Amino acid sequence: MELISKEVGKKALLLGNEAIVRGALEAGVDICAAYPGTPSSEIANNLFFISTKAPELLYFEFSTNEKVAMEVCAAAAASGKRSLTCMKHVGLNVASDVFNTLAYIGVKAGMVIVTADDPFMHSSQNEQDNRYYVKMASLPMFEPTNPQEAKDMTIAAFELSERLELPVIIRTTTRTSHVRGPVIFGELPEKQSRPGCFKRDNKRWVPVPAVARIRHKILLERFEQAALEAENTPFNMLKGSGDIGVIATGIAACYVEDAIEFLNAWDKVRFLKLGLTYPQPRRMIFEFLRKVGRVLVVEELEPFQEEIIKGIAQDAAMEVPIYGKGTKHLSRLYEIDPLEVIELIAELIGIDAPKESIPDISNMPEVPQRPPSLCAGCPHRETYTVVKEALKECNIKEEDVIFPTDIGCYTLGLLPPFNMADYLLCMGSSVGSSAGFSVATQQKIIAFIGDSTFFHSGISPLVNAVHNNHKFILVVLDNSTTAMTGHQPNPGIELMPPGYEGHTRVLIEDIVKACGVKHIRIIDPYKKQEAINTFKEIIELNELAVVISRAPCILYKRKVVGGKK
Amino acid sequence: MKKRICFVGVGGQGTLLASRLLGEAVMKAGYDVRVSEVHGMAQRGGVVESSVMTGGIKAPVISKGMADILISTEPVETLRALDRCNVKTTIITNTDPVEPITVKLGLQKYPNVDDLLNFIKDRFQNTYAIDATSLAKEAGTSKAANIVLLGVLIGLNLLDISKELFIETIKERVKPKFIEANLKAFKLGLNTVS
Repeated sequence: MELISKEVGKKALLLGNEAIVRGALEAGVDICAAYPGTPSSEIANNLFFISTKAPELLYFEFSTNEKVAMEVCAAAAASGKRSLTCMKHVGLNVASDVFNTLAYIGVKAGMVIVTADDPFMHSSQNEQDNRYYVKMASLPMFEPTNPQEAKDMTIAAFELSERLELPVIIRTTTRTSHVRGPVIFGELPEKQSRPGCFKRDNKRWVPVPAVARIRHKILLERFEQAALEAENTPFNMLKGSGDIGVIATGIAACYVEDAIEFLNAWDKVRFLKLGLTYPQPRRMIFEFLRKVGRVLVVEELEPFQEEIIKGIAQDAAMEVPIYGKGTKHLSRLYEIDPLEVIELIAELIGIDAPKESIPDISNMPEVPQRPPSLCAGCPHRETYTVVKEALKECNIKEEDVIFPTDIGCYTLGLLPPFNMADYLLCMGSSVGSSAGFSVATQQKIIAFIGDSTFFHSGISPLVNAVHNNHKFILVVLDNSTTAMTGHQPNPGIELMPPGYEGHTRVLIEDIVKACGVKHIRIIDPYKKQEAINTFKEIIELNELAVVISRAPCILYKRKVVGGKK
Repeated sequence: MKKRICFVGVGGQGTLLASRLLGEAVMKAGYDVRVSEVHGMAQRGGVVESSVMTGGIKAPVISKGMADILISTEPVETLRALDRCNVKTTIITNTDPVEPITVKLGLQKYPNVDDLLNFIKDRFQNTYAIDATSLAKEAGTSKAANIVLLGVLIGLNLLDISKELFIETIKERVKPKFIEANLKAFKLGLNTVS
């Protein structure tokens, strides 16, 4: 496996996510935990793979959700073991309860938290900008622009984390997580398998109000220290000269550099690329603003840097105009298009950007849509079909039923020919929203949730539904894997991937029973008639019921068991 | 060697492998390179897009009209990606259609392939329409259509990458049991233009 190569100086074409893993290895990371989510998944996948192939290098676990994963890593770092957790942007919503207080109590060994944002929502339900979480928690943050930087920053983040005794954030976006670029390997440290040691300190690790008041003060002092480091880090760099200033972070910095190069304008544009992006190097930014007549800030999603930079200008009573998203020069929606950066910079310089000659393609033949869909032979298809058939036999119209859905492959039940996904918020929302629909309406409710999503966030709303006497049918689509993100294991799986033996299986039906649900059925969606009969019986009951539809994901089964479908 | 190369196709056609292979070859040839990939939900039978940027281009995204080369494993996807092309863009496209779910369900129509190809050729002089799927079958597996198209690309000498270097890359990066078919597919692609 390339990522654990001991060859110093080796050059490999790594994904940004893989480079983060290599950086963590070079920094001697000991304990990692994560819940998968695009665009962060390859970090966890590679850590998992390494932990099965070379367990002497690190411990890794797929935790039941991001909150648990962050707690595992926080405790590890408090015990003197370097730790790393990673998650997609919305994963930090789940872990935010840990995140905001972890900032107070801090760490002993270095801890890195990777958050992968998804501008344009390539694989997500929203495009929230997690830099606001970082600001809320007052923690330091790095944002890489390419895989080599992703590796270097991960190492720097561990070191900074240890100096400040605070967790440090690496924020990527889809384009920095999923871009490959050359990465030069450094040395892998010799690992000692010494266990960590947690030292009791009730004035530190237990943030009751009296302790939390002390810790918040310490946090703000450390934050000031981080701001000083930001003034001197090589990750914040200046390039070019001229009257036009451009400040950028992350992948947007790549668009800016390409644009200046394309316009051959390094003598007209002064460029500040921020790498340690929070806290900002205020002195450096102030000096930069002094040297330019106008400033453009280019960053993905919200005008995060732009607003802080405007604050710095205001504090210094500077009148330099600062353009960006706040001034509508760029949009807060979706991803930045490299061409608009070229055009914006050309306009600021006062030149015309060279244009390619583009043929007229307006009258092209109509292009059919190609939405993603459930795989041929996918068991979710069978379950949806069975529910449709059972409703028909019960003389219930599908349009009279509410189908709350959840996060996973089966969200694609939204599309024809199924049209069986009516309401979705986040992981586990199928169960909580069903409770709401059950009190707010008289409609029939059939909700769908996957096995991994059930473990992640489905259990506490199910207890709520039992306790408050809500009435709906919850269908747990148990395909024995976390399919959407690339077949990661979860606590309920029957088919264990190689190297996963020894984990304890937790049966979904046992949990459902323990939640107090009275009506529980398990079906095989491929045994059609039986499954339809079970659903008919459950639909007519009109009680809270859980149907576990159990059949492994066909792709996963092929991968683990081998052979044909 | 500054080039923006856009790859499009359908989930399962090996678009990501193709761009990865080209990226490895570019790096081997001594140039800086960026390869962008699409992961996650986008892959479930949907459109897959990736790109390879060479010679110091840092952005992994190709704007309207900015592609130097478009490589497509599916004709309708070529059409969908045309807005990335300009008059000088070299288009290398498979001619073998893969019907999307919307067509299979009768909700939309698949355009006539000849009309579609003529539409492209009329507007983009440097278009190479190849039945890559048939050539791939000849090489042993229809899944190697992506490699046939890479053969065409290397055969056109648009990049500073020799066929020997590319063959070496295939041998290093493709799973052992697929190497032979992939090498054959690559050569069949090469032969269509040299």
